[in-house]
Amino acid sequence: MSESSPRPRSGAASDGVERGDVLSMRGITKRFPGVQALRDGRLELRRGEVHALLGENGAGKSTLIKILAGAQPPDDGEIRLDGVVRRFASPMEAKDAGIAVIYQEFNLIPALRVFENIFLGRDRAALGWLRTGDERRAARELMGRLGVSIDVDRRCDSLRVAEQQLVEIAKALAARARIIVMDEPTASLSEREVQTLFQIIRELRGQGVSIVYVSHRLDEVYAICDRATVMRDGAHILTRPIGELPREQLITAMVGRPLDAEFPPRDGAASDVLLDVRGLERRGVVGPVSLRLRRGEILALTGLVGAGRTEFVRLLFGADRATGGELHLAGRRIFPNDPRAAIRAGVCLLTEDRKQQGLLLGRSVQENFALPSVASWSAGGWLDLRREPAAFRRRREELRIAVSGAGQSAGLLSGGNQQKLVLAKWVERDAQVFVFDEPTRGVDVGARLEIYQLMRSLTRAGKGVLMVSSELPEVLGMSDRILVMRGGRIVGEIDDVGRARQEDLLALAVGGVESR
Amino acid sequence: MSNAVPRLPSGVGMLGVLGLICAYFSWATWGSGALGPAAAADSLVAQLRGAAIEGGAVAIAGRGAGEDAFANAIEAAAAAENVKISVLRGDPREVRRGLEELATGAAPPRALLASGETAAWPLLRDIAAEIPAFAAVRLFAPSSSYGSAFLKPENLRNVLNQIVVIAITAVGMTLVIIAAGIDLSVGSLIALAAVVAAWLIERNGGTGAGVLVQLACSATAIAACGGVGLFSGLMITRFRIPPFIATLAMMQIASGLAYIIAKGQALYQIPDGYTWLGRGSAIALIPNAVLLMIAVYALGHVLMTRSVLGRYIFAVGGNAEAARLSGVPVQRVVVSVYVISGLTAGLGGVVLASQLRSGAPTYGTMYELYAIAAVVVGGTSLSGGDGNVLNTLIGALIIAVIQNGMNLTGVESYTQKIVLGAVILGAVLIDMLRRHGLRSLSGTA
Repeated sequence: MSESSPRPRSGAASDGVERGDVLSMRGITKRFPGVQALRDGRLELRRGEVHALLGENGAGKSTLIKILAGAQPPDDGEIRLDGVVRRFASPMEAKDAGIAVIYQEFNLIPALRVFENIFLGRDRAALGWLRTGDERRAARELMGRLGVSIDVDRRCDSLRVAEQQLVEIAKALAARARIIVMDEPTASLSEREVQTLFQIIRELRGQGVSIVYVSHRLDEVYAICDRATVMRDGAHILTRPIGELPREQLITAMVGRPLDAEFPPRDGAASDVLLDVRGLERRGVVGPVSLRLRRGEILALTGLVGAGRTEFVRLLFGADRATGGELHLAGRRIFPNDPRAAIRAGVCLLTEDRKQQGLLLGRSVQENFALPSVASWSAGGWLDLRREPAAFRRRREELRIAVSGAGQSAGLLSGGNQQKLVLAKWVERDAQVFVFDEPTRGVDVGARLEIYQLMRSLTRAGKGVLMVSSELPEVLGMSDRILVMRGGRIVGEIDDVGRARQEDLLALAVGGVESR
Repeated sequence: MSNAVPRLPSGVGMLGVLGLICAYFSWATWGSGALGPAAAADSLVAQLRGAAIEGGAVAIAGRGAGEDAFANAIEAAAAAENVKISVLRGDPREVRRGLEELATGAAPPRALLASGETAAWPLLRDIAAEIPAFAAVRLFAPSSSYGSAFLKPENLRNVLNQIVVIAITAVGMTLVIIAAGIDLSVGSLIALAAVVAAWLIERNGGTGAGVLVQLACSATAIAACGGVGLFSGLMITRFRIPPFIATLAMMQIASGLAYIIAKGQALYQIPDGYTWLGRGSAIALIPNAVLLMIAVYALGHVLMTRSVLGRYIFAVGGNAEAARLSGVPVQRVVVSVYVISGLTAGLGGVVLASQLRSGAPTYGTMYELYAIAAVVVGGTSLSGGDGNVLNTLIGALIIAVIQNGMNLTGVESYTQKIVLGAVILGAVLIDMLRRHGLRSLSGTA
């Protein structure tokens, strides 16, 4: 078993493993205390294909990947690599067998340089001394193979996210990976960087590397993948060439029931101006930006990553200080110098990264829910221990947050429920302007519609919604009006969303001039 | 996934551990053995009175916490029985020098009182040979007793008295650690409070100072420590100095201030009544300091579970950025916990000054580490956002009981250090097991 031959042996290939299958995982089970994470994990991967691994959160994708990566042992099941049964006791063994996993959170050491990161753990050394010249040269070759130009002497913390990802890929290649698993590789990439990544993926495919592509973004799956495997509730549902899998069928397979629509219908009930932003800026970072948000409207703010959208909404919320500009809410000038002031004025921000910025993962859902409100409920600094659970019960039902109890840790909720929880705390605080930064990042396809419906119910209640999103289908499907940002400014507005096309948005976002 | 494993209520397990340790030491100290410090002192004074010796007596105490308690108990017993006893302290060499001076002095002592420990010194066992001038002087040693030395009421009271300063300080430390900070300055603040209180009393009537003056001076000392905490908090929030560094600096500064104010000396000009808090007991033999400690813990517990500030402290420790974006006044919360930590350390310093009826800049050395150990043994996570004030009390008691038990069973002080270190490590490991299950110990996490 310790022997791994580059080609499938005739004997091993006889029991149903197709020719060309570089990897075959079958009947994988894995149980964690209290939860059967995998009941029937299956994945068959051909040489030189891009294979989508799809499923909602909790479907068992990550567990399957961790088992493939040697990070966790399976309870049962068979893993064959080139037809030979293998069992990885550690991530190192899996790596040596040619399997590389690029997680959403990169495994780069920020203070080390690009080439040092690429060869970390497999440093080229002679008598204990690093042969940095060799490493540099080899790293440059790898970059050339990827067709990108990143200075291999730069420190990794100076790289943009997209560049860091390329370093991760180079690292995988340096380890002679034949199977590269990419977990949500485009989560932090702009549309254009996504295209670059796809180019590289095609290149790798041509070189015989097999890619497992894990993503929630179905458009990308259709754009790049050859075949798809869908999982649900820890079990394999289907594996099929992507061309034979229409979108509705794919979603049905993932969710387990047909979805009515991806987006709720528009109301078109925008009324008077709720929030008037005049020349808001933070010098050297973003702005000046002027915009008007009406009651009952969802205003989308889109653009490439780095266009300054998140930076702008942080100014709006007082998370960062503005250096200039004015804000008027319902006709009254407000001064959000810090989040507390913004919240008092009625502006709330649902951050893109709920785990880092939105929630206290170790605290209970009720505590998280009550955090912005406890002070206003309090008499003399003491908590109101009757009102708090009552309010939580009400909002929990209203927003249909699935929790086992008020004391459940927020960190144990699914992405969709976490987003609902964050929304609940602002609804309870009676905010007027809801700023969503990437509202459905990390949220299942099934739960997305619910989030969208909740956003619509906000506008029906006369609130204003400002939605920052990089996902163009979401922007086109949800918003009543679209603003496009580039280089820290608004460069375009689209009023007639019904007629807008993704290409128009992209053209505006990229602009006539290359910004980089 | 860990939600499926029900979390043990940590307090219950901790109380069980404390109970087991107590049971062990009750058993290990069973039999005839040395009396606890208070009982030893009472027995010695009784023997002295029974022998009807004219003139003064000198009690000899060694170094260490147990001997501190003995010295205090002797002074208290002497005051209560109205017998003239002075205390001579030090290692055998220092004691020999002291005795030789006394022998040549104006009024040489007529009796020597040894503690359980010093009675075993060759110097005292063979006093006639070692210092001929003392050949005619009677030497009294505490009688021995039967039963569990650990379970004797004096001993239990002694355990509480020894831990009370650290335990009070640990309340503020718990809050700081839950807020994901650390406060290294509390040991120095204990010294600063003791010195400031003693110095103020000396300046305002000395041994003749009234009760209100004593109260005002103590309150001022506590407030001063709160002020130092405020300064630390502002350094941490306004200038983003890491808590470890800011409070390390304050530890030096506060200690230096204490030395300057006290001019490097211990300050003794304090009325006898000042010991009411540290040595007295107003209700049913329970030491007043212990009552105060219980009150501070009750207050800390209610603050953390029932107040907005408590909720905010958990939030800031759990995720400061998420808390800020939820409208928590993070900076104010952080400053508050350092002020509270300063105040509890100040209160601890006043209790210590009252116990010892003096204020010296040497007080409280290493107490910050004991306070942190109590918090950690109590299961509060050093990464913040989780913890429990009452468990800190159990943690402090576990440390005190282990120390006391080792003293009683004759474990030498060097070994004690090793055992205490192991206890801290063990407590953290158990806590990780409780929180995350076996997986957390596999090292791959």
